[in-house]
Amino acid sequence: MPRANTREKEAYRKLSIKASPPRPILRNAVVAFLVGGAICLVGQIVLGWVSSTGIGRVQALSRTQTIMVFLGAFFTGLGLYDKLGGVAGMGAAIPITGFANSIVSPAMEFKREGFILGVSARMFQVAGPVIVYSFIASLLVSSAVLILTK
Amino acid sequence: MKFSRQGNSTVVFPVMPVVRSSACVVGPMEGKGPLREGFDLIHEDTLAGRTSWEKAESLMLRQSLDIALAKAGLDETQIDFLLAGDLLNQIISANFMAREFDVPFIGLYGACSTMAEGLIIASMLVAGGFARNAALAVSSHHDTAERQYRYPTEFAYMRTPTSQWTVTAACSTVIGVMGNGPWIEAVTAGRVQDNGVTDANDMGSAMAPAFADTVWRHLQDLSREPGDYDLILSGDLGKIGCRLARELLRKKGVDIEDRHRDAGLLIYEDRPEIGAGGSGCACSAAVFSAMVVPSMRRGELKRVLFVATGALHSPTTCQQGESIPSIAHAVSLVWRNEEVKS
Repeated sequence: MPRANTREKEAYRKLSIKASPPRPILRNAVVAFLVGGAICLVGQIVLGWVSSTGIGRVQALSRTQTIMVFLGAFFTGLGLYDKLGGVAGMGAAIPITGFANSIVSPAMEFKREGFILGVSARMFQVAGPVIVYSFIASLLVSSAVLILTK
Repeated sequence: MKFSRQGNSTVVFPVMPVVRSSACVVGPMEGKGPLREGFDLIHEDTLAGRTSWEKAESLMLRQSLDIALAKAGLDETQIDFLLAGDLLNQIISANFMAREFDVPFIGLYGACSTMAEGLIIASMLVAGGFARNAALAVSSHHDTAERQYRYPTEFAYMRTPTSQWTVTAACSTVIGVMGNGPWIEAVTAGRVQDNGVTDANDMGSAMAPAFADTVWRHLQDLSREPGDYDLILSGDLGKIGCRLARELLRKKGVDIEDRHRDAGLLIYEDRPEIGAGGSGCACSAAVFSAMVVPSMRRGELKRVLFVATGALHSPTTCQQGESIPSIAHAVSLVWRNEEVKS
């Protein structure tokens, strides 16, 4: 068989798309919505419970975040959160529990390579880009607010 | 000098090397799969009692080689070459296994095609009179491959339907001049093919053209048809790769539909997390050891074309936007009833 030229590669790409199963986008979206929503519901319940102790709203919010991060890390440690992510995709990834998973999973994974070059160096392998771009985004938004509200 | 070649790229052995023995050690998931009866040792957990997955993979390689040698009734002094390969950087599983054997060692890398690559080299070493026996060992491990090629194993993400599940197993075989069989009659080494597939989660699409190319050239060189084989076994094309490979060959006027099976679809039950099928060096090797060799020895399969396929990419090249070069090597095995005396 002669090597594929550009036209044949393009034809092959189309053939490959035809042969691949369609992604179940609707199913994925519904599951992501339900699971993501359920995680947020848990967050809301925790917030209600923390607020009922009578501390201020800012305090309550930060404590809720801490608890949710703990839960994400805890279920990652139990080896359950990746299974949830396998079914729910972004529904498990976007809430703050998913952020915890993205840091705890490489930390667990690379423990065998030591605490410095393993755990701490690799901890932000997945979360690093999230932190960088959320930092940039917050800079842009706060600059915009500063200019527009002046 | 007389060359044992036919057509453009096929080596035909005047005296056929023999598969003296084969052995396969697998992880828990494979051990629950449809081929479980054919495995020699099943580990209950993917660490196999070791402290890291890399150590476990290397241990499984050693165990499979020990079993293959024992089955052939050989010890390491009777092995002239040890060939081994795996999926990890610097083929560490193979190298770390080889330090425990006092045998000249040749490390191999052919991604998931390593089993066929090794069979080609081992059979040429034996048929050329350069070795009395050559041992071949290949392995792959789901967790070591995941952390090298993809994400940490506990990271929560959704696998695409085209992605494949790396098989946790190690398989060894001993090739020699006499023994039980089956025999290796001809081999066709593959050419690297690249049809521009860039998605590392769709290796079936990347590898299908390499498979089609090698099968087509093998059949051309030997003036054969798919019907001359009882089984044409691809390594790990998966559901999508199989469809594409058959379509590519059909366009060439070759219909393999009724003869073709894929090792990636034989090793597991069809489950959602498996995606498009199994993959890894040990995928084709496990099916070779647990199904092909025993079936041939029982006389159920008389001639088998074993075509292991490999996607020759790395996470670095994929991140740089490179497409995935692929390869497929073909090994034609035959069964005949009488044992060959040397």
